[in-house]
Amino acid sequence: MPGGTLLENANPLIFQRSGERPVTLEEEDENFADPIDDREVFDLIRSINDPEHPLSLEELNVVEEMRVHVNDQASTVGVEFTPTIPHCSMATLIGLSIKVKLLRSLPDRFKIDVHITPGTHTAEEAVNKQLADKERVAAALENSHLLEVVNQCLNTKPA
Amino acid sequence: MIYTPISMICQHLRTRSLLSRTMATDGAVLLGLVEEFVSGQQDSKAADTARGVKTGQFKILELVEALGLSLTSSQPQTRARGVQLLSEVLHECNSSLSEKEVEVLVVFYENRLKDHYVILPHVLQGIKALTKTPLWPPGLAVSVLRSLFRDIHVQSLMLVERSCVYSILINLMEFKEEELKGLGADFVFGFVQAMDSERDPRNLLLAFQIARNILLRGYELGKFTEELFEVTSGYFPLDFTPPPNNPHGITQEDLIVALRGVLSGTARFAQILLPLIIEKLDSDVQNAKLDCLQTLEACASVYSYSELKGFLSGLWASLRREVFQTASEKIEAAGLSALSALSACLSRSVLDSQGDDGLHVFLDLVIQDCQHHLCEPDLKLVWPSAKLLQAAGGASYRASHRITSVVMPKLMQQYISQTQCAHRRTLLEVLQGFLQPVQCSVPLEGDENVFSTFRESLCTVVFDALSESNSGLQVAACRVLVSLGQQPDLLLASDVELAISHLTRLVLEDEELQVSTAVLECSRCLSLLHPGTFAATIVPRLKEEIFTEPMTQGDGPPPKALRERCMTALAAVSTQPAVIRESAPVLLEVLASSHTGTGSFAADDALAACRSLQRIVEQAPDVEDTGRFFHDIIIPRLLGLALQAGLWRGVSPPRESPLTEEPVLLALVPVMGTACARLQPQLSAVTAARAVSLFLDGDVSFLQEDGLPAGLQLLRVPHSGSLSQLTCLLMACVCSVPQSVELPQVERLMAELEELSCTSTHPFSYISASKCFAGLVNKRPAGEALDLLLDRVMGRICSELDRASSSLRLQAFTLLLWVTKALLIRYHPRASVLTDKMFSLLTDHELGPLVADGFSVLMSDPVDVLTRAGHAEVRIMYRQRFFTENSAKLVQGFNSAEKEMKPSYLKALSHIVNNLPRQVQLSELPALLPLLREALSCPDQAVQLSTLSCLYPVLMDSSPVSTLCPQLEGLISRLLGLTSSPAMKVRITSLQCLNAVSHFPDHGVLPFRDRVLRALAPPLDDKKRLVRKEAVAARGEWFLLGSPGR
Repeated sequence: MPGGTLLENANPLIFQRSGERPVTLEEEDENFADPIDDREVFDLIRSINDPEHPLSLEELNVVEEMRVHVNDQASTVGVEFTPTIPHCSMATLIGLSIKVKLLRSLPDRFKIDVHITPGTHTAEEAVNKQLADKERVAAALENSHLLEVVNQCLNTKPA
Repeated sequence: MIYTPISMICQHLRTRSLLSRTMATDGAVLLGLVEEFVSGQQDSKAADTARGVKTGQFKILELVEALGLSLTSSQPQTRARGVQLLSEVLHECNSSLSEKEVEVLVVFYENRLKDHYVILPHVLQGIKALTKTPLWPPGLAVSVLRSLFRDIHVQSLMLVERSCVYSILINLMEFKEEELKGLGADFVFGFVQAMDSERDPRNLLLAFQIARNILLRGYELGKFTEELFEVTSGYFPLDFTPPPNNPHGITQEDLIVALRGVLSGTARFAQILLPLIIEKLDSDVQNAKLDCLQTLEACASVYSYSELKGFLSGLWASLRREVFQTASEKIEAAGLSALSALSACLSRSVLDSQGDDGLHVFLDLVIQDCQHHLCEPDLKLVWPSAKLLQAAGGASYRASHRITSVVMPKLMQQYISQTQCAHRRTLLEVLQGFLQPVQCSVPLEGDENVFSTFRESLCTVVFDALSESNSGLQVAACRVLVSLGQQPDLLLASDVELAISHLTRLVLEDEELQVSTAVLECSRCLSLLHPGTFAATIVPRLKEEIFTEPMTQGDGPPPKALRERCMTALAAVSTQPAVIRESAPVLLEVLASSHTGTGSFAADDALAACRSLQRIVEQAPDVEDTGRFFHDIIIPRLLGLALQAGLWRGVSPPRESPLTEEPVLLALVPVMGTACARLQPQLSAVTAARAVSLFLDGDVSFLQEDGLPAGLQLLRVPHSGSLSQLTCLLMACVCSVPQSVELPQVERLMAELEELSCTSTHPFSYISASKCFAGLVNKRPAGEALDLLLDRVMGRICSELDRASSSLRLQAFTLLLWVTKALLIRYHPRASVLTDKMFSLLTDHELGPLVADGFSVLMSDPVDVLTRAGHAEVRIMYRQRFFTENSAKLVQGFNSAEKEMKPSYLKALSHIVNNLPRQVQLSELPALLPLLREALSCPDQAVQLSTLSCLYPVLMDSSPVSTLCPQLEGLISRLLGLTSSPAMKVRITSLQCLNAVSHFPDHGVLPFRDRVLRALAPPLDDKKRLVRKEAVAARGEWFLLGSPGR
């Protein structure tokens, strides 16, 4: 890309944010146990910032609630994310941010699987493989520059 | 040559001195003072001299004579000293000068302007002092100004002297406007030269004030218009950051407003200012944009079409860009109001001879750029376009006519062609924005409403949307309906009826909270406008629904919920007397039926009826008519029903009625309390008197119920509580009347209440009696009678409390608590004695915990008695006062208490602190932190929770962090311990506190990072979602701590 400062996708479509999850009476009842469900995990990742735009992954439709699958009893979480364009070089970074956010926010009994929605990216397999490899994820987070970018994506407070 | 004026001044003044009887001693004193000031360099002597002149000991001319030598000295320093003394004295004494003295002094000073530079500052001070008096002979001001502009290079003066020059100009402009105008454009030129390159904010404020005066008072600008603009517009858009702690108190906003006053002061700047604004709007600095837009708005109120003519398209392009692309709501709002101002300005302008209508030209631009966005199928830019159109149209009737005629057909068309509910909803919301009545665009008398042409199609759209099943559409349609109703003549009688039938259907069928809120709000607004129709249609319909026997089977909503909705709706529409007269009897009938047991009404229905009645009473308009209705119908009926229910309990076999149940009685209290408090004074006096005679003497003559025995003394009925608990209704009546109302037999009433509250064994009865007693105590006038009464009651309470074996200690404490509250809130001096008694009871083994809870009663606002609405005497800030007077006692008591009694102190403390305003908490808490940390370890969950909620704002606030740091270890451990508390709310709040702690300075919290992260892992798997949410937030923050990219 000439100059290197131009955005890859300068004019993305923006989607509406879903509001805060309404609090139900059951949730306020001490004795009732709320299982971890799709929406809860989606709420964890929807506000992650995009590395390129001052927008959240939800607003760019990179993550959708229907692409989050949680099984609380089996302790598994599956998240599919959709890069805005098929050749997006940020895909790995976005995947890494999602993965790190889930690692920090879910109990460690969960097995977390983050991958690209099938057929939406040119280097789908390579990215999926990187994200599934524990050691590579851990190594990536040792890199302080990469960690800085990931933290910026996860830091949802207004600057 | 320099010295001549001085001899002249002395000579002139000497002629007058012959007339004055100067005492030789005073002269010597004066000479002494002058000598000490000039040669002795003692600055304080100036004040002494001024005092002498003020008291009449010396005359100004004597001072001048005494100064003679110093003023004529060949040493500039000495002359400076002399002039300084004269100027400082003049500053103090300028009001006592005569016209002749002024003239001579001014001429003197004017000549000094040419003198040595060290003298100049004092000369300017002197002239400034003299300009404070209006007694300048004609012509002098002009000559002084000429010399000033000619002889002095203002730009090279020091800050204080420049300020002097500006003050001189400001003062002269006040007194000598006509003369100064005679200077013509020279005055403006001189000023422009003087203020050029001024940089000090204090001086700029003065300079802007002069410039604004020049423009507003019509000074001749001549060929210097552009110069004046250049020299002021150089500061635009203004950027100023005050120095730390801002010693002069000048803010950027002050300067901006002052400069805006200049720039928007005249239409003559338009041709140069408008291009500048357009250019500066391109700036990236948000504040600059905001300033430009607000300045444009200010200008639009001065300009007319001829000034704006050449710039309309440029201005519009900039405004459109700001609204379409901005990220900041402030800028959007400023842009819209600037647009509105422009449109208003063009609407005002008179059409010129070529028939060139500026408003049309401008609105055509707006419409052309915005209308197609309304027609786009994806509605991407519909909101900004609609806001722009609304802003332009809201400015005047003409503008709204033009915009409406173009926009309305398009919106209707678009609404019909859209199929997606979300889009149709957006369109309805846009429509509502246009319909929202705006003050400026209200049609004049005789003008037709701009929407009349679209009346029918608007109604069709709204009713169509109301019959859709989508809740979003229904909500939006309700809002449009309200706006339609508020526009004159848009809803015909038949439309109102149709609207009511739609609303009724939604009330009966729709269960969604959002929809029913919108429907009720809409009904409320429309019932204000069409009370007659509502009373005649919706009220009978709802009544029928309420009294229909519920079907046991069927798909409909459960009958209870339906009944409750109907009653809420009845309350919502009861905004006008005409409706209340119909709706309140329905609710009373519900209560009566539930009382007699006909029609399967349960206690829940009675409760719902009470709540609806309460709402009606609260929102009823303050008119004689409704007051009389409450007084004649509602209050007697409620009292009668409750009394009858109480009596039925006592017969055998007892008949049960929901009206004897505590929750229902508690719900009746606010109905009667509010009704009594809102009655006209004479009516409330009658009501209170009736209540007193009913409870004391059993006078039932004003009640209509059958079978009520006369002569029953309700406060003295022994056993059970079914009748004595009615005291709560007595409280509602007598404690909410205004203080001016005199209650009959009040002594006897209080004695009986005291007896009941001290001896009854029925908790609801003795609590009500205590509250009622306290409510009366609060309103008794201060004085001996009240003191005697308090002595008696306190004696009784104390003797009861001191007898450890007594079974009535709880009753005595309850009475003590409420009387304390009653005195505390009116700042009665006895309050402190009673409070001390409360504190001493904290260590009581039996009552301790109850006493601790009692402090929450003392510190919070009760709902049923001792309220401001109920005309109680409540001083503001009684909580702060209580806290400052007693916090030390509390801490001391805590430290000296036995171990098992400490929790009571902590509980009391947390109640007190929790009810303090946030601002006070923040300033007071750091001192109490050690105690609060103790409270976190207290096993009582209520104490934990209230302590955590006190702590949270303190932790969020950064100021006390430094005092906290040494105690972090203990604090974090305790907070982490609470994350596994059995109480959900404690877990949530402790996690929030931990989140706040992560924002402390890194060096303080970093050592705890790993420990906290480990300890926060288990809460991530909490069984409650709300807890997990806080755990995730807190853990995320702690992860970011000390890590790059935070």
